[in-house]
Amino acid sequence: MLKTILRRTGKFAAIAAAGLVMSAQAAEPIKIGSFLSVTGPASFLGDPELKTLEMYVEKINEDGGVLGRPLELIHYDDVGNASNARNFASRLIRSDRVDIIVGGSTTGATMAAVPLVEQAQIPFVSLAGAVVITTPVKEWVFKTPQSDRMAAERILGDMKDRGITKIGLISGTGGFGSSGRTQTLEVAEQMGIEVLADETYSGSDTDMTAQLTNIRNTDGVEAVLNFGFGQGPAIVTRNYAQLGIDLPFYQSHGVASDSFLELAGDAAEGLRLPASPLLVPDSLPEDDPQKEVVQNYKAEYEARWNSKVSTFGAYAYDGLMLAVQAIEAAGSTDKEAVREALENIQGYVGVTGEFNLSPEDHNGLDADSFRILEVQNGEWKLIN
Amino acid sequence: MFAEFLQYLFTGITIGATYALIALGFTLIYNASHVINFAQGEFLMIGGMATVSLTAMGVPMVLAIILAVLLAGVLGILLQRFAIAPAKQADVVTLIIITIGASIFIRGLAQLVWGKEYHVMQNFSSDEPIRIFGAVLNSQSLWVLGIGAILVVGLVLFFTRTLIGKAILATSMNKEAARLVGIRTQLVLMLAFLVSAVLGSVAGVVVAPITFTSYDIGIMLGLKGFVAAAIGGLGSGIGAVVGGLLLGVVEAMAAGYISSDYKDAVAFSMILVVLFFMPRGLFGAKVVERV
Repeated sequence: MLKTILRRTGKFAAIAAAGLVMSAQAAEPIKIGSFLSVTGPASFLGDPELKTLEMYVEKINEDGGVLGRPLELIHYDDVGNASNARNFASRLIRSDRVDIIVGGSTTGATMAAVPLVEQAQIPFVSLAGAVVITTPVKEWVFKTPQSDRMAAERILGDMKDRGITKIGLISGTGGFGSSGRTQTLEVAEQMGIEVLADETYSGSDTDMTAQLTNIRNTDGVEAVLNFGFGQGPAIVTRNYAQLGIDLPFYQSHGVASDSFLELAGDAAEGLRLPASPLLVPDSLPEDDPQKEVVQNYKAEYEARWNSKVSTFGAYAYDGLMLAVQAIEAAGSTDKEAVREALENIQGYVGVTGEFNLSPEDHNGLDADSFRILEVQNGEWKLIN
Repeated sequence: MFAEFLQYLFTGITIGATYALIALGFTLIYNASHVINFAQGEFLMIGGMATVSLTAMGVPMVLAIILAVLLAGVLGILLQRFAIAPAKQADVVTLIIITIGASIFIRGLAQLVWGKEYHVMQNFSSDEPIRIFGAVLNSQSLWVLGIGAILVVGLVLFFTRTLIGKAILATSMNKEAARLVGIRTQLVLMLAFLVSAVLGSVAGVVVAPITFTSYDIGIMLGLKGFVAAAIGGLGSGIGAVVGGLLLGVVEAMAAGYISSDYKDAVAFSMILVVLFFMPRGLFGAKVVERV
């Protein structure tokens, strides 16, 4: 009995020693962990995000890595399922022992991982939208996309500029849609806009005519806002056109992509939404600091993957670059140092916007980083 | 008021007709083998996706649809030959699990071949909606209803007028006896898979212009189709049609009059209520008598 234990301990010690020797020989890679919804209903987020991460990790390694150490990307596919996300986050922390996590395509997946990340005290840059991720501020959690609250502020602001004060709201019941709905209701109250109709639909619904009919039949509605992502908003847009509703129509940043235009077709004509400048890289004024970053990202992504760039991939770009910048500033992968460095990043010009992080703001963007676009002749047109 | 009601009704009947076609596919295979084929939704997906990708390659729409339906049919036969037939000694539950596995496999394959994006299919005829008493009807809805009706009538004729159809019915009633009178039951089973794959894929094609299509569209629609079949009474053709339409209309009415939040809840509670009072579904009792 004692013998076996001794032998096992010996074996274990030998393996551990071998491990130590090996890691000491080569420059130990900096491990970047990621869990993304590469397949499943949120794959339109996770797929470009993973492609972006893979591509820029390669590129950074070709250029000599970070602090003289190569980056190693360890990623899992959570299939858009929050409990998978939690398991993978746990695996990244406990068995892969990553230095930083850049991932979490959806708000659900992110929030499932947050308690683990906080407990393990490891920096986590989320790629999901909802405002709850960084409000209230969580010590170890950061995020790159603008929050849905900013989107709501931007949309309702644009409505006010057009003299609209009474709106109908239709939102998805998924994490993104329901959080967007809550934020819209709050912001609307502050801005003095009345939400007269408030409808929802579930992510797998194939027809929203009934909900839109209710909105149309509500007296006094001057504009309609749809908060949601995936194919749902495209169906809403089509039903909207079929029902012949001729009120101004707004979508959220959740569908700011060219594939949405393809799905919605002519029905999208005239609708407005807040979006990343990535959709209109060439219409940006020359003195816009983001112009170059945006054009480069678009060109590199499209050359490497031979598919259209998406704003969601850009969240991963910004997430990775923030992580790299923080590690460089910290001069090590010490988790507390990296966290502090992340918190103090100022004036990083990314694809999504200009990031000015602080201990009170773990997102670092303001509402103006969204541009209001309108669909004209089947293309995005920069409004302001 | 009336326009509102009519609008919900149109919406409900359109989606209900799709549920009905899927439910019919479930019913067919259930009758022939007592297997609930959970890959039914995947046939629907294959129909839509193959049509979209073929038209994108420049194949004319009509030909693309025919090829897509053929592809689904072949897939149905392959599914029966290579997944169900080798396990013919296994009990029904095992076979059902096999179909779940097959559906995941087909979905994965579709994802590799066609990618993960949603795709658009053009309406068969004009994009202009039709206005009736203040309600709006998508012209594609007429196609869904029309083709659905033709398929249902075709199926009825197939089962009552043709020898093969009668052979399928005979096998569903008593497999042993059917074999004794010279019916090749394995062939019948294959045929059932073929016909239900064709049904599913046609449903997928006609509904794709309304719902869009993607590699995973079959999951939810397949599930709703199964619910429709269960409400109507598994194994009953009329039950499948009535169950499908009922489910669609109840969903739309719930979304319109109660709250869109409770739409699915209402639909799924309906199955509870129906099965609670009529455990065999609305039209299930007849089958029991025949067996």
